Amino acid sequence: MSRARRAWRAFPPPARVGLVGLVAIVLVAILGPLFAPYPPATSVGPPFAPPSAEFLLGTDNIGQDVLSRVLSGGASVLILAGLATLLAYAIGIPLGLFAGYNRGLAGGIVMRGVDVLLAIPALLLLLVLATGAGAGATILVVGIALVHVPQITRIVRAATLQTTGRAFIEAAEARGDSTARILGVEILPNISGPLLADVGVRFTGSVLLVAAVNFLGLGVQPPAVDWALMISENRSGISIQPWAVVAPAALLAALAVAVNSVADGIARIYGRSSASGEEAPA
Amino acid sequence: MAEALRSSDGERQPNPFIRFLWRRLAVGVVLAVVVSVVIFAATDLLPGDAAQAILGKTATPEAVEALRVQLGLDRPAVQRYGEWLGGIAQGDLGDSLSTRGPVTEAISGRVVNSLILAGLAALIMIPLSLAIGAYAGTRPGRPGDLVASGTSLVFIAVPEFVTAAFLILILAIGADLLPPVSIVAPGTSPLATPAILVLPVLTLLLASLAHNVRMVRAGVIETMHSPYVQMARLNGLSEREVVFRHGLRNALPPAVQVIALNLQWLIGGIVIVEFVFQYPGVGQLLTQAVALRDIPLVQALAILIAVLYIVINIVTDLLVVLLVPRLRTAGAS
Amino acid sequence: MSERVAIEVRDLRIETRAGAAIVEGVDLAVERGSILGLVGESGSGKSTLALGLLGYCQAGLRIARGAVHVDGTDLLALTDAQVRSHRGRDIAYVPQDPQTALSPAQRIGEQIHRILRRHAPERDTPETVALVLQRVGLPADRDFVRRFPHQLSGGQQQRVAIAMAIACEPAVVVFDEPTTGLDVVTQARILDEIRRLSGESDVAMIYVSHDLAVVAEIADRVAVMYGGRFLEEGATADVLQRPLHPYTAGLIDAIPDHRRFAMPRGVPGVAVAVGERPAGCIFEARCALRVPNCAVEEPSLDVVLPGRAVRCFEWERTPPLARPERVEPALAGDAEPLLRIEALSAGYSAGGSTRLVLRDIDLTVARGRSVALVGESGSGKTTLARCIIGLHPPASGAIRLGGEDLAPRARQRSLDARRRIQLVFQNPYDSLNPRQPVGRQTAWPARRLRGLSSTDADGETLRLLDLLRLPARVAQRYPHELSGGERQRVAIARALAAAPDVLVCDEITSALDVSVQAAVLELLAELRSALGLSMLFISHDLGVVAAVADDVLVLDRGEICEAGPARDVLTAPSAEYTRQLVEAAPALEGSDGGGAS
Repeated sequence: MSRARRAWRAFPPPARVGLVGLVAIVLVAILGPLFAPYPPATSVGPPFAPPSAEFLLGTDNIGQDVLSRVLSGGASVLILAGLATLLAYAIGIPLGLFAGYNRGLAGGIVMRGVDVLLAIPALLLLLVLATGAGAGATILVVGIALVHVPQITRIVRAATLQTTGRAFIEAAEARGDSTARILGVEILPNISGPLLADVGVRFTGSVLLVAAVNFLGLGVQPPAVDWALMISENRSGISIQPWAVVAPAALLAALAVAVNSVADGIARIYGRSSASGEEAPA
Repeated sequence: MAEALRSSDGERQPNPFIRFLWRRLAVGVVLAVVVSVVIFAATDLLPGDAAQAILGKTATPEAVEALRVQLGLDRPAVQRYGEWLGGIAQGDLGDSLSTRGPVTEAISGRVVNSLILAGLAALIMIPLSLAIGAYAGTRPGRPGDLVASGTSLVFIAVPEFVTAAFLILILAIGADLLPPVSIVAPGTSPLATPAILVLPVLTLLLASLAHNVRMVRAGVIETMHSPYVQMARLNGLSEREVVFRHGLRNALPPAVQVIALNLQWLIGGIVIVEFVFQYPGVGQLLTQAVALRDIPLVQALAILIAVLYIVINIVTDLLVVLLVPRLRTAGAS
Repeated sequence: MSERVAIEVRDLRIETRAGAAIVEGVDLAVERGSILGLVGESGSGKSTLALGLLGYCQAGLRIARGAVHVDGTDLLALTDAQVRSHRGRDIAYVPQDPQTALSPAQRIGEQIHRILRRHAPERDTPETVALVLQRVGLPADRDFVRRFPHQLSGGQQQRVAIAMAIACEPAVVVFDEPTTGLDVVTQARILDEIRRLSGESDVAMIYVSHDLAVVAEIADRVAVMYGGRFLEEGATADVLQRPLHPYTAGLIDAIPDHRRFAMPRGVPGVAVAVGERPAGCIFEARCALRVPNCAVEEPSLDVVLPGRAVRCFEWERTPPLARPERVEPALAGDAEPLLRIEALSAGYSAGGSTRLVLRDIDLTVARGRSVALVGESGSGKTTLARCIIGLHPPASGAIRLGGEDLAPRARQRSLDARRRIQLVFQNPYDSLNPRQPVGRQTAWPARRLRGLSSTDADGETLRLLDLLRLPARVAQRYPHELSGGERQRVAIARALAAAPDVLVCDEITSALDVSVQAAVLELLAELRSALGLSMLFISHDLGVVAAVADDVLVLDRGEICEAGPARDVLTAPSAEYTRQLVEAAPALEGSDGGGAS
């Protein structure tokens, strides 16, 4: 508890606002469907009806209730972005540790693979994968993980390389400690700073990519309900019924800004502690 | 004097810069080929078959098989990759599945349109992000910086299409100043009607600018804390000279690197922005092609964009080498 | 104020934003043509003071009080813009690390031009630049002027920094540890240059250093700093001969000297941290002469003898310098060879070819002996240590431990071989895992290499911490909670936990303050006789070598150029390179002093 309080106090003010906002939006995304007045994926009125007592935020392009859809459409982006980020770390951390600790041929091959993936712009990679495998949530998660893997591998590798050169690792090697012990006990705890500083940035990136691909209609498919997809579906009616665009757009923007400011706060805390944790002798 | 004799043989080597250039180009070519393999493999080898996708789920197995043969999908992938690469080398990108015409024809006019859009955005974004980043980075924590960094924190996070939606609502529908879509009649240039370019460029700018301002600012702050900036102050040089000649000059190479890295955001942004504004560029075409699973068209566009990105990275590397004397005189990085 | 005084400081106080003093109540005056040495260990505030003399503070600090008169003008009474016009023109600064302090994107000629253009535009000509470069012993041809800093050696970079400082012929030059990081031969040349400039240009110099021996070579007067204050001030020779403050005496006793074979003595305790400074005397906690009043009232810096000032109530009781003769451990009779290195060569491969950094090394450490390997940075001495413990496979040659041939890599060696040789690393800030309590780190080798149970290993940890005079609670601490000296003692405990036969010490005191270094050296000498350890002691510091070694080998660019008993090698070197080192190494006393009987 005191640990959480200390973290809260270490947060810069914008990050605190972001954290409150993020919690609120996550609650909307999780609990929202319980409060939806209508089934979110059923036509219940005329298309593009303006807000009224019946439909508080009006209806969308095929007459579905905008409020119900907004309350139901937040979970997908959070879940997909979360899964993609987790998958990316699950692949990237072992690869980075391996490439950082094994400076031989195998480590080199890993890093050349990373270079190739880095040479392909993120959205392009996702679109190419969607062409090959068809639009859908699974390929979206895998694709976004693939976008992050090279960056994570690089960060982990750089931190590992830096740590591997340090004397306490050499002492472990001279003792003949096992590679597993060296990686797990000596290296991993010492690279957690840069890794944690990076988590928020990765998650922000995942949110943006999920939203972009869903918006292009190449991610989750109707009848799934998703904020980005709603914007795409209703933009033709933006001049008649702007609420069908504005409501999901505002929530998506708020989510992205909140996630990003929290990420920024985390990065500052861990960037700082990893920089000042070990002061050099004068 | 022993120290003087031990001097620099680094700068006496024959033209290290040219050597670096050649090596970087060679790496670029290899990278492009490997990327082409990845693109080909991703579009072609993953489960899900183009013939099935084109004909839909209701098609009979016989019809699908016939189309597979017609498209050449029955032959080994390696062979098809070889033919594809050979075609590219001769300027033949194959035939589009959706238009049934040559891919080159579908692409040609759109490349220019996209370059106009991207070029305009980059042309405004690069100097502006350097200027704002330098402004904020030389006065961290002061009001001007707080405004710049706070704004950029917001605009980094907001997706382009959300920004676009709000811009359309406010500037096109609300104020009726600009057209909400940017349709260009076939055969005409978007430059003929500059008004349609404003909203797409503005959208691109807001997202990429924010990113770059943040990174440039961080780089400038770091440089302004360096020992040589302190030394310049201790030598009594004017603050103007300290900031420009020592601070910003040495913050430039990392800034160039960061901006180039972020040009990939611009590439992603163009796909979205063209889709939103129905602007007839490469990005819009790519989205359509993906939706229709027009594999030859996707492959062609993807390799085009990937090569462009590789070229940008090579140019950046060269710029950085030119800007950093240590790299320039010693050759490689 | 005398005509000759170029800089005069009155009651200077520099503090953190929180109000804790870094520098407190400093008064000083330096005449033209004379050099004041400012000596202090880490945390003494000497670098903050050096910058403060130019009216400059690093972020987070501010000058709270005082006056700095340079050539009659009080810098602290001026606006920021006005101070700037004095910096570089009337008072100049030479930084500790010119490699980072010279702007990497500007040619060195351009950097000198910029200063001239700013402060003395009428003299901003290529001829002036050439002249200035010549004055610091650098070539002044077009080619050299057009070089970038990275194209110069460390010594040349420092000369350029000095050239920039003297370009406008200032009244005062402040040198902030200008030779730290240079090898001793280059350091000696730079010191010569500074002394020559001082003699010929009538400039007042302030030379800041942690190294009293360096200051002794260059300064006319010396001020000893501790906890942000001057504790003592006086003519260099007087202070060195008869220190009045107990801290100065302790500092002098702690400095190892390669011309005397005395054992340096450590100053007990650690320096107080900023913000924890006591009400009374700043040195009270570590002082052997303290009286009750010391904890209550702070003594002032008073002139007690002609030209001598000291900040101590009890200065008259400060004992004269007396250093114990080095204790020579009783040598094991047979001196059976334990560690033998035969015809060892090692190198690093780069682009297909191997560059040898060690060639044909032969070395024997007999049981119970202490052998020192002396070399400058880049001589290959650390590579040799890494070869011995199996981190760097040699290109050829053999390493034998008590008759057993050791495999090139640690993992190929037997458990017993890995146990019997232990290495203590150079940097105590780097050799302990920051994320593990130190007790776990000292217990692990005992479990891993000696097969002790977890409980026994914990017991062993406590025994070793006690042996190294560390309290038992240190076992629960993380490395960042310990001082540098404590960390290095933990690192030694970790090596001893393996119960080794041979302890290889790679520059283990070079990152420590001199008073702490002396304590570690004392401890090592005791451990050696108590445990019968054999030691290979790797160092660049001849003074340290003289304090610990029975035999000395001198390494010159990868080859052993001289070997023999320590006294012979250090007092009557036969190789030219050794002679250079012995002459260049700073020492408190002239070569006539001490134990060369």
